[in-house]
Amino acid sequence: MNNLLRGNTGDWEIVIGIEVHAQIISNSKLFSGSSTSFGADHNTQVSFVDAGMPGMLPVINSVCVEQAIKTGLGLNAKINNFSIFDRKNYFYPDLPQGYQISQFEQPIVGNGMITIDLDDGESKNIGIERLHLEQDAGKSLHDQHPSYSFVDLNRSGVALMEIVSMPDMRSPEEAQAYVKKLRNIMKYLQTCDGNMEEGSLRADINVSVRKPGDDLGTRCEIKNVNSIKFIGQAIDYEAKRQINLIEKGDLIEQQTRLFDPKKGQTRSMRSKEDSHDYRYFPDPDLLPLTFTNEFVDEIKKTLPELPDIRKKRFIDDYDLSSYDSNILVSEKETADYFEAAAENSNPKLVCNWVIGELFSVLNKINKTIEDCPIKAEDLGELINLIDNETITGRIAKDVFEIMLNTGESPVSIVDANNMKQVNDLNEIESVIDKIIEKNPDQVNALSEKPNLIGWFVGQVMKETQGKANPKTVNEILGKKLLKKG
Amino acid sequence: MKKLTELCLYDAREGLLNKDFTSKELVLDHIAVMESSRSLNAFITETPEIAIKSAENSDSRLNKGTNRDLEGIPIGVKDMFCTKGVLTTASSKMLSNFIPPYESTVTNNLWNEGAILLGKLNNDEFAMGSSNETSFYGPVINPWKGNNNEQNLVPGGSSGGSSASVAANISLGALGTDTGGSIRQPASFTGTVGLKPTYGRCSRWGIIAFASSLDQAGPITRNVRDNAILLKNMCSHDPKDTTSSSKKIPNFEESIGNSVKGLKVGIPNEFFQEGMSNEIIDIWDKGKEWLKKSGAEIIDISLPNTKYALPCYYIIAPAEASSNLARYDGVRFGHSVNSSDINEMYRATRSEGFGDEVKRRIMIGTYVLSSGYYDAYYLKAQKVRSLITEDYNKVFNSVDVILTPSTPNSAFGLNEKSDDPLSMYLNDIFTVPVNLAGLPAISVPAGLDSNGLPLGLQLIGKPFEEETIYSFAKVIEDSANFKNIENQWWVQ
Repeated sequence: MNNLLRGNTGDWEIVIGIEVHAQIISNSKLFSGSSTSFGADHNTQVSFVDAGMPGMLPVINSVCVEQAIKTGLGLNAKINNFSIFDRKNYFYPDLPQGYQISQFEQPIVGNGMITIDLDDGESKNIGIERLHLEQDAGKSLHDQHPSYSFVDLNRSGVALMEIVSMPDMRSPEEAQAYVKKLRNIMKYLQTCDGNMEEGSLRADINVSVRKPGDDLGTRCEIKNVNSIKFIGQAIDYEAKRQINLIEKGDLIEQQTRLFDPKKGQTRSMRSKEDSHDYRYFPDPDLLPLTFTNEFVDEIKKTLPELPDIRKKRFIDDYDLSSYDSNILVSEKETADYFEAAAENSNPKLVCNWVIGELFSVLNKINKTIEDCPIKAEDLGELINLIDNETITGRIAKDVFEIMLNTGESPVSIVDANNMKQVNDLNEIESVIDKIIEKNPDQVNALSEKPNLIGWFVGQVMKETQGKANPKTVNEILGKKLLKKG
Repeated sequence: MKKLTELCLYDAREGLLNKDFTSKELVLDHIAVMESSRSLNAFITETPEIAIKSAENSDSRLNKGTNRDLEGIPIGVKDMFCTKGVLTTASSKMLSNFIPPYESTVTNNLWNEGAILLGKLNNDEFAMGSSNETSFYGPVINPWKGNNNEQNLVPGGSSGGSSASVAANISLGALGTDTGGSIRQPASFTGTVGLKPTYGRCSRWGIIAFASSLDQAGPITRNVRDNAILLKNMCSHDPKDTTSSSKKIPNFEESIGNSVKGLKVGIPNEFFQEGMSNEIIDIWDKGKEWLKKSGAEIIDISLPNTKYALPCYYIIAPAEASSNLARYDGVRFGHSVNSSDINEMYRATRSEGFGDEVKRRIMIGTYVLSSGYYDAYYLKAQKVRSLITEDYNKVFNSVDVILTPSTPNSAFGLNEKSDDPLSMYLNDIFTVPVNLAGLPAISVPAGLDSNGLPLGLQLIGKPFEEETIYSFAKVIEDSANFKNIENQWWVQ
């Protein structure tokens, strides 16, 4: 795949590295017992530790450590049995301690790698540099009072994983595929809910450009991009901005930039000279974080099936294509739905229905598969009705429509609406005979245009409200009409 | 009969158990002395109402026989310990309005054993100082004065209120904190016994942090036994402090009176400072003699990295302090200056809220952690700290305790060194290495100098071997036969 961007002076390559901040799924915060649930009233989930009160001390929440290890394992990464918490010092009203507890030189997870799947069916490996644990800050609220800013500390101290990629991506699409894959892996692992709207997953994107084969260019970091769509837009804009500048003869200044979704542009937030000196040093309130290999092995045993493995299983066990399997596993919920529907049904048909009818309907009614009005079991039942010739494929679409609106089971819908397929040879034959009798012209024209047989099928279906077994219809029509020719 | 305030903690406890007097009588006497001794400026906050109410409760427990280990004993608490509902200032303008909604683990342990809070004791601002002169609430005056000299002396620091209140019989014991000598140096200056426990013995939860890797709470008392009693009731393994130890807590009092015969005492030759006064050398020699007489073996040892301890300390402690004190930003509690600009608000709040010494250390700490300087200062200091710890680990293979002077001099005059930070820092030269190595150490009064002022000897022990320290300290105490101040000139 050619990812190069065409400029006035030739082709350019985009180099992208991404830092993802993923909120860990845990009941309490990284260093305190406060709750982490989203949407509570301001400052109701704040302990003395989270508020940075004098004399308060952090105590590590072991659940968060397990979640980080689990995620590291899911990223095929090296788990470090010895890691250190550092203080990152800066002043801000939503940072009560005056420092963020993070991990700097010795993170809990080292090098790893994930495989991303691209739209053209290709896949690519993206390196993971590290994953570390850190606290989230609180939230400054600037819209509550005409002259004051308020601070909400509910989020203060919530556990985050910062996952840093290698600069291995070369296009906006690869960057999007990377974040999607990462999010999907964490959802499978249940270590992060991946909800970008609520801010439980945020991406900082490093973008630079170069002529193919050249050394890395100067990068700019785009902070806190909070949707997959924006990731694509931000990179696209930023790469073109940099190419323009260089081609004009300017130098790229290392900057932190913000993406404005309304304008689809990035703008400078601060230059390198203005960047903070965070004065990292090991947090003396916390001992180094250590655990045994056995501890890691125990966690390994609890790992669920991850998307890549699941995809392979779909191909092997259900005989699905690689392309279809990929679509199904790329959202855990979709794969779960598929498997629930396919449990007592024909997997290939289920796959077609999920990817076809179901996706298009969900798209139309703007719902996700999680709140799909049709239960997976019911879809499976519907497909069984087609498979065992209880209803025709055409009727199935009507049944599906009713299921969508009423939530009723397909069997009861079919019964109540008398939608069963007509398989009775005599019944179908008598309908066919009537149609042949009424349309001598068409019958005669058949010898010239054999395709007209389709018109007869349509007439039969119309007459039987779509319930006639299409196979039988075809057979009888063939016998009666084509033989003559 | 003696005045109740002249009893030591141990005797007061006996008296209460024997019903010679009530806790309320004991507390009322102490409150009276606290009020008549205000000229020493030892207390920032007096809590007589709390004390009387607690004493009544203790008396009822004593009568019912449900009394606990420290039932009815009034003590003072350094203003670095957060006390629920009671003003806790760290002797800083920054916290001059701060009333914590929580109780520190150490004080909580003491109240759970029946001890009674008399009030909150003055100290150097955020425990940064060696003379108690950096307090926002003014200096504490040492109850001791030189022979035929009216000059006011400093009580040492930073636990100056604690040492003065114990020396002046205002409290039966007091809590201090020791980051680089802040318990032992004031104990030495006031003729009291002050112990810094092993790092991790006492929980740091609820103690206002100065330098987290060095801070440790400890008791100041009028004798060694009282010290052991108080310490036992301060310690606990605290799940809220990751650095607190889960080691078993011994009954330290039982080690008092244990023989030191056959035990080995190390004398580190690096502690002989150039220009050290003969009086300090003499008292050190006396100490050696006493211990030798009790059957201990005196051994010359070497702690080669001692000379780096002070510079190392003055990098690590300010580095941690600069970060620990970042939370005082005027946003949530404490002193706050309004401004429409956030940076101006920080600047004004912190400029007004902190005193000069605190600012000096924040600046040093910020500097040594800055990018470009971190490796040369902070990282190097951490390496030196490991070497110093290693020195001690090695010598403790061949000795049981180390004997040194507590301080290079006796108490000095008020304002004498307050303009000269370097000379002030040198006061901690014998105590600082102990904090860097996380070891337990005590200062015991050993005698008076020619000017009639107390001098202390320091005993440094192996990690978590406070018991050995107490056994040795008792020998020195008995041999020195030190007498507390007689002329209570400050009483009004």
